[in-house]
Amino acid sequence: MRYTQLTDEHVKDMLGAIGVRTIEDLFSTIPTGLRLKRDLAIPKGVSEPQMLADASALAARNADGTKLACFLGGGSYDHFIPGLVDALAMQSEFLTAYTPYQAEASQGTLQAFFEFQTMICQLTGMEVANASLYEGATAAAEAVIIALNATGRSRVLVADNVHPDTRRVLTTYGEHRGFEVSTLPCKDGVVHENGLPRLLSELRTSVRADSAVPDVAAVIVQSPNFYGCVERLDRIIPLIQSAGALAIVATDPLASGLLKSPGALGADIVVGEGQPLGVPMQYGGPYLGFMATREEHLRRMPGRLVGMTKDREGRRGFCLTLQTREQHIKRERATSNICTNQGLLAMRAAVYMATLGKRGVAEVASQCFDKAHYAAERIASVPGFRLKFAAPFFKEFVVQCDKDVSKVLSACREKGMLAGTALNRLDPQSPAAADLKNCFLTAVTEKRTKDEIDALVDALRTA
Amino acid sequence: MNAIPKLQQSDFPLLFELGAPGLSALNLSPCDVPRADRAKAMPRELLAEAPPPLPEVGELDLVRHYTRLAHRCFSIDENFYPLGSCTMKYNPRINERVAAMPGFAGLHPHQDESDVQGLLELLYRLRCDLAEISGLAEVTLQPAAGAHGEMTGLMIINAYHRSRGQRRSKVLAPDSAHGTNPATCAVCGQQALTVKSRKDGRIDLDDLRTKMDDDVAALMITNPNTVGVFDAQIADVAEILHEKGAQLYLDGANMNAILGITRPGDFGVDVMHFNTHKTFSTPHGGGGPGAGPVAVAEHLRPFLPVPQVVRRADGSFGWDADRPKSIGKVRSFFGQIGVLVRAYVYIRSNGCDGLRDISEKAVLNANYLAAKLRHRYRTPFPPPYAHEFIMMPEFPGSDVTDLDVAKRLIDHGIHPPTMSFPIAHCLMIEPSETESKATLDRFVAAMLDIADEVERDPQIVRDAPHTMPVKRMDEVGAARKPVVRWRAGG
Ligand SMILES: Cc1ncc(COP(=O)(O)O)c(C=O)c1O
Repeated sequence: MRYTQLTDEHVKDMLGAIGVRTIEDLFSTIPTGLRLKRDLAIPKGVSEPQMLADASALAARNADGTKLACFLGGGSYDHFIPGLVDALAMQSEFLTAYTPYQAEASQGTLQAFFEFQTMICQLTGMEVANASLYEGATAAAEAVIIALNATGRSRVLVADNVHPDTRRVLTTYGEHRGFEVSTLPCKDGVVHENGLPRLLSELRTSVRADSAVPDVAAVIVQSPNFYGCVERLDRIIPLIQSAGALAIVATDPLASGLLKSPGALGADIVVGEGQPLGVPMQYGGPYLGFMATREEHLRRMPGRLVGMTKDREGRRGFCLTLQTREQHIKRERATSNICTNQGLLAMRAAVYMATLGKRGVAEVASQCFDKAHYAAERIASVPGFRLKFAAPFFKEFVVQCDKDVSKVLSACREKGMLAGTALNRLDPQSPAAADLKNCFLTAVTEKRTKDEIDALVDALRTA
Repeated sequence: MNAIPKLQQSDFPLLFELGAPGLSALNLSPCDVPRADRAKAMPRELLAEAPPPLPEVGELDLVRHYTRLAHRCFSIDENFYPLGSCTMKYNPRINERVAAMPGFAGLHPHQDESDVQGLLELLYRLRCDLAEISGLAEVTLQPAAGAHGEMTGLMIINAYHRSRGQRRSKVLAPDSAHGTNPATCAVCGQQALTVKSRKDGRIDLDDLRTKMDDDVAALMITNPNTVGVFDAQIADVAEILHEKGAQLYLDGANMNAILGITRPGDFGVDVMHFNTHKTFSTPHGGGGPGAGPVAVAEHLRPFLPVPQVVRRADGSFGWDADRPKSIGKVRSFFGQIGVLVRAYVYIRSNGCDGLRDISEKAVLNANYLAAKLRHRYRTPFPPPYAHEFIMMPEFPGSDVTDLDVAKRLIDHGIHPPTMSFPIAHCLMIEPSETESKATLDRFVAAMLDIADEVERDPQIVRDAPHTMPVKRMDEVGAARKPVVRWRAGG
């Protein structure tokens, strides 16, 4: 058969060594009444050329970035991925290794993850980082659990301009794990700073305000937020912390090429979607969640952590560390149930960050910023189109048009452009949805050319 | 311990010790739009004064760095990897090739359904194939890994109980359960309780009965279980649970032993997860990505996460979010799509005939190893085994441990088996179906050789490995004073 390597002769010898007559005999522990007495209703196996033909036919029915100019964002971006990322991160030794439990035989992946952790710290401005989580939304949920454990409180406040999927995932986790998720309202695309202190003091464990204790474990803000706006973290974070809550900041790791990192502005926990770091869009996954925090929360961290240590002869080396936090040791008292993480994606992100380096990350961030601002200015000059929010932005912004947004976007699509994501469709339940009528979210990465941006503007003009 | 000798340090540098200020391996086209006025576009307080201090390394040195790191790992492509419970089988290259096709890898999750019909059809077929393999009614592809599937499954079970006006706070699992099972209970705000196993590795039904009450939401079980035996009482287990309205959850980590032979839905399971990175050969990638699709019985379908990939009445494919009883979303977007594409290619390449053959050969290989080693290493549970088995490296009168034996295997170019799970000091051996008889025989020879060495020259075993770039690590020191990042100046 396809990927097995035993001949009939081998099978005969092996059965002889075991002392049974048939392979069937090896399944004697499964009661006959429970056995499947027919073939699975899945077609018989196909040859390699046939499989490739079938898969190519399916792929051909998708319209990908080789056919379209992608201005979509909202957590997944069409950044340029240097050739080194595929060439180095996808090497078969990295691709086909398991989690590096056996340090001596895994120094390669261990060191690469240690370097990944370090570079995530450098980008976020934090003290410690783990070796990845599933993706951005579950990383935020894990950050909440740290905050619940650190503060002993039971509620989180989530800004309503945090990625809608992150908010949904937090709600799901909250319902089962037993924490309450409340909404921090926004105004003009950004967190309503003036409303924040009042909200923090209102959310207490008891209705009697004089005797009540504060109950907000953490406030989650995203910057740049889902609408692309950059939040005033320099003012928001101190407000959060003055109420004794942790400031959890979700961020775009590339924004730190230009903007002050959340860590530099005082965040307690920084999480985010690592997709911009050299990961193909792949219709939403696999990506990687990253998490960085301050040293004091290290032992509350979920997931794998690689530590630097020495071997018996004093040589520098690496191993998984603080494993007593993890499920295989602590079981129900573990900091999280995560086991398999996103190792290969962390490897890609590591190679990507190393390829860019200090200058490269500034260059990528700078080009995103310049191209997004060029695009925004040109789009806003088209009659019937305007920028929805006045807040500063990084690589993404919301456009409002006078016409029906879905018609505008399909007109662009016919000209080979994915102009943006219609916001009312994406998050219809949001209180902001009505206000976002005929709005779309547009992202401009360093990969988009001036010609593509100009073509987008023309397409919008004639839409 | 003394400071690290300089020479040894420079033998294998960190990224941060390479390169020089000003270097970068990035080569973008020059920016072709006017520069935006930063002072006008961004408050000064938010602009960075300097870029983050990422390493500065040229292209060739980066290539060498990561190539050398790659040479410092064991992998399926180079080594036999009989890591029990992890199903380290060959990862077919065609799967990589398909997943990398721009028509799959280059799609944005917000594209219109009409732009991604081919992918949605693939996901729909995969969803149906997995339902067929599980013998259950419907599958969600959303969970990111096995543990995430467990969480999703438990949430579905809890939503079901709540829909019947019940909140059940306890979840049972056998003492041999994987750590993620109890850890998942905690994530779901539930109490994990242990059910005893019998001497033969099977669950103790009497103990199960005494622990059952109306507050038990579910039992999480692995079958074949983590000691490598198929528990023939599984239908009775299901009955005991169902009598009290509790649900039977199957940890599908060991599906590689029963593909096309028996189906969880047919032996009483209500919910299960798959590990595509085990059973369906999506590469482990040094610790992920995986995917943990969850299959449920008919009565649990309303609670599956949204959105669900569906075939519409007109034959087109799309996402359906209209499930009012759904538990909601468990991750962003739709799932580990690139991983799911690989799993689909693997399932369809093998087909119904190949899938069954996989389990037959996986079981044959495991039983062959056990038969060849049993005279030197005690196997505490009676054969026949499923796709893996437990073996005890016991050497009366010697202080050589299971860990030493495992480390010595590294010198034979073999990755150590899983150690001390699910019982202390055991080795859990899972060869997988893709290994040749020659490789299995080499493993047997290595294990016998090590047993001889323990008698002849135990120090060699205790000091192993000898052939790796480093010796055993000071893991205790690493945990006592954790250094999880590099800093300039040490
Ligand atoms: C029996 C068992 N259950 C659950 C898991 C968890 O799966 P994952 O690592 O994909 O989260 C594993 C694998 O590590 C396992 O072996």
